[in-house]
Amino acid sequence: MTAANGVAKPEPKLKVRDLTVYYGEKKAVGPVTLDIVGQHVTALIGPSGCGKSTFLRSLNRMNELIPGCRIEGDVRLDGDPIYGQGIDPVAVRRRIGMVFQRSNPFPKSILENVAYGLRIGGVNDSRDLAARVERALSQAALWEEVKDRLNDSALGLSGGQQQRLCIARALAVEPEVLLMDEPASALDPIATAHIEELINELSENYTVVIVTHNMQQAARVADYTAFFYLGELVEFDRTDVLFTKPSDSRTEDYITGRFG
Amino acid sequence: MTAVPHAITAAERSAARVRANARRTRRNLVADGAMALASGAALLIVLAILAIILIDVIRNGAPRLSWAFLTEAPRDGMTAGGIFPAIVGMVEMVILMTLAGVPVGVATAIYLHEYASPVSPITRAIRIAVANLAGVPSIVFGLFGLGFFVQFLGAGVDKVFFHGQKIYGQPAMIWAALTMAVLTLPVVIVATEEALRAVPRELREASLALGATKLQTVMHVVVPQAAPGILTGTILAVSRGAGEVAPILFTGAAYFLPRLPKHLWSQFMSPSYHVYVLSTQSPDVDATKPILYATVLVLLALTFTLNIAAVVVRARIRRRLPGGVG
Repeated sequence: MTAANGVAKPEPKLKVRDLTVYYGEKKAVGPVTLDIVGQHVTALIGPSGCGKSTFLRSLNRMNELIPGCRIEGDVRLDGDPIYGQGIDPVAVRRRIGMVFQRSNPFPKSILENVAYGLRIGGVNDSRDLAARVERALSQAALWEEVKDRLNDSALGLSGGQQQRLCIARALAVEPEVLLMDEPASALDPIATAHIEELINELSENYTVVIVTHNMQQAARVADYTAFFYLGELVEFDRTDVLFTKPSDSRTEDYITGRFG
Repeated sequence: MTAVPHAITAAERSAARVRANARRTRRNLVADGAMALASGAALLIVLAILAIILIDVIRNGAPRLSWAFLTEAPRDGMTAGGIFPAIVGMVEMVILMTLAGVPVGVATAIYLHEYASPVSPITRAIRIAVANLAGVPSIVFGLFGLGFFVQFLGAGVDKVFFHGQKIYGQPAMIWAALTMAVLTLPVVIVATEEALRAVPRELREASLALGATKLQTVMHVVVPQAAPGILTGTILAVSRGAGEVAPILFTGAAYFLPRLPKHLWSQFMSPSYHVYVLSTQSPDVDATKPILYATVLVLLALTFTLNIAAVVVRARIRRRLPGGVG
């Protein structure tokens, strides 16, 4: 089915039209057409290699860092094209932040990690920085745990804390959309629960798009879910609909565990 | 089951396997032992050579060593006095060399690794050129320095600005340092590129995903992370530069100078060249010999100290960057 119907009454935050990503000659994913609703969580699910991560990374132009990658189609953020001549990927990434599968804090202090995006964006006033860092860490539910050791190395934090630090770091630059690439896949169940709770809270202010391997996770956190299979968007719908009344047999096979 | 002449029972088969295993184990043990012995012997040879050099140099050089030796200029046709001008000359030359060479080497490595397309033929050509540069004999660099820096650059400046009066068109510390910088360039480039390669892709992506430009990512994330490796390259370059004679032979090193070099256009003395001069040009071999040994001892001590100091600095930087891979 085409994605546009059945979903998205409000004006979408991200409008994706016929997005196709190639690695060299090989098509990795697409063409994908879907609308991502603002201030909601959209999950991308599917078996490994289905193109969901590639799709996610093309929403903030991270894919073009990979040599040989070619992208066709159109993505608009609040109507502004993110691909096209004269459009700076740096400006796109300031509006669309990203959290990666493996937590990747810089080998700097906790404070400097969160302040990094602000500093490179030109925020230098230390009081302003401190306030923004505190706000970002609070949003990422990490402030209470680290407020007494902001100058300690970020690498001394636990895995779950590191991932929340990466979320705080992404939030500090106040993006409109937050992309998350399997943010909890390397974490234990308790840390995962923290992150999921956090995603729910974040969706009040941010548009979240999350790739996950874990269908229960998608069901728990996402308002909308897109199912990818073999480089194709098979089905996109409200999460409750997709999980209870999938319209495509491949979706049904996947969510009932017949493959993947 | 088809009939076989002699059916092998399970017991026989397992007994054969045990025997084969035992044979293999014995063979492996012998091979392991032989390898350990051979590599041990090789190691012993290396250690013995180092020990012989050090013992010989210390035994013959240490008695002549004194505070005066380190702080006086050579006297009486280099049969008396010390090597102070040579030490100062070397330190100054190495500093100049580092200032000139390391930024160029680091910038080249950053270009090659961060900006150049990895598949472009130009990139490949540059890499091959760097590798070849590393293989050029140092005397060729000396001649290159003489031809390019002294006779082309220096004499050219003289011709244009000084009506051919010889001011820059002669051997000088700056030309020697630049020649040495060219010689050590490949060391810096290779070490820096190695260090850049070790910076995890995740860190680059983290920076870019926060809206950093490529330049910001390189300057704030990649280069700091690679700093220990870059420093290692610099150390290797410095210790190489301190010991080389051929590149400075025609480009700036002096046979004998009673005074310290005054400016970049002065000639200078260097311990490595001084050793060469003492061992080949001395009017009185017996009088020179202890001085020669003492000079070698100082040269070794200087390069060892440099290396150790640099290793300490590197370890410090590593501690500051716990995730750092040098």
